[in-house]
Amino acid sequence: MIDLGKYAGTVLAAYGVSAVLLIGLIWQSVAANARARKALEKQEKNG
Amino acid sequence: MSIWKYANPVKFMRSSGAILPWVVAGAGLCTIGGVLWGFLTPQDYKQGSTVKIVFLHVPAAMMAINIWVMMLVASLIWLVRRHHVSALAAKAAAPVGAIMTLIALATGAIWGQPMWGSWWEWDPRLTSFLILFLFYVGYIALWSAIDDADSAADLTGVLCLVGSVFALLSRYAVLFWNQGLHQGASLSVAPGERMSAVYRYPLYLSMLGFLLLFVALVLIRTRTEIRRRRLIALQAKEARA
Repeated sequence: MIDLGKYAGTVLAAYGVSAVLLIGLIWQSVAANARARKALEKQEKNG
Repeated sequence: MSIWKYANPVKFMRSSGAILPWVVAGAGLCTIGGVLWGFLTPQDYKQGSTVKIVFLHVPAAMMAINIWVMMLVASLIWLVRRHHVSALAAKAAAPVGAIMTLIALATGAIWGQPMWGSWWEWDPRLTSFLILFLFYVGYIALWSAIDDADSAADLTGVLCLVGSVFALLSRYAVLFWNQGLHQGASLSVAPGERMSAVYRYPLYLSMLGFLLLFVALVLIRTRTEIRRRRLIALQAKEARA
């Protein structure tokens, strides 16, 4: 186990906040792309 | 061969689809590798383990400024040559830039508390970064507020030009006003100021990872915007028929 010393909370908070923001951004980008692709395929199929 | 052929949405979709898996793989490897390598570096003699925050803070701050510069170039291409893909690429980049700025601000505040004894100071660099973040939010809001896509691209292009002043200020604030708490460049080549190789190499890898992550996300988001625009065009055509 890595010893982060007295600043463990600080370091983990910085990594945690960054991970949440980055994963959220990636998830939102991928999900929006999948939704747009499905909607376009449906429209092209029906049209 | 001209780069302008990629301004054609069909060609952009084809070429971006071909390179996207490689960019995603590179982004994943470099970002996870760089950040993990950074997390495993030894503690600094002065800052202790908080030095590990540099592997997130510096790449995010670097991208926050450079994404705005990319948006500026894309907006200028739109304003001068009216290539829709460039306007959509600028739109696609904005949320990525906003999140990068937010990460830089959040990790900076978390790092600043134990090192400076304060979460926030009205320091030139911190303040210019906060204004840059507000510009990102304003840019995204302006795109959402205008129904006509071309008018939205025109107005956000102008906003991008104005905001570029703050992107430049964010980069050079420490030099312009030599009175803040924030240090100068982390990666200096000046003798005696150079970061130790133990920290420098993971930082380079992390920076490359963030850059590739940005490219991957912009490609994905631009493809989304192109699909949305095609869908709107098809729906309008159907409604007219």
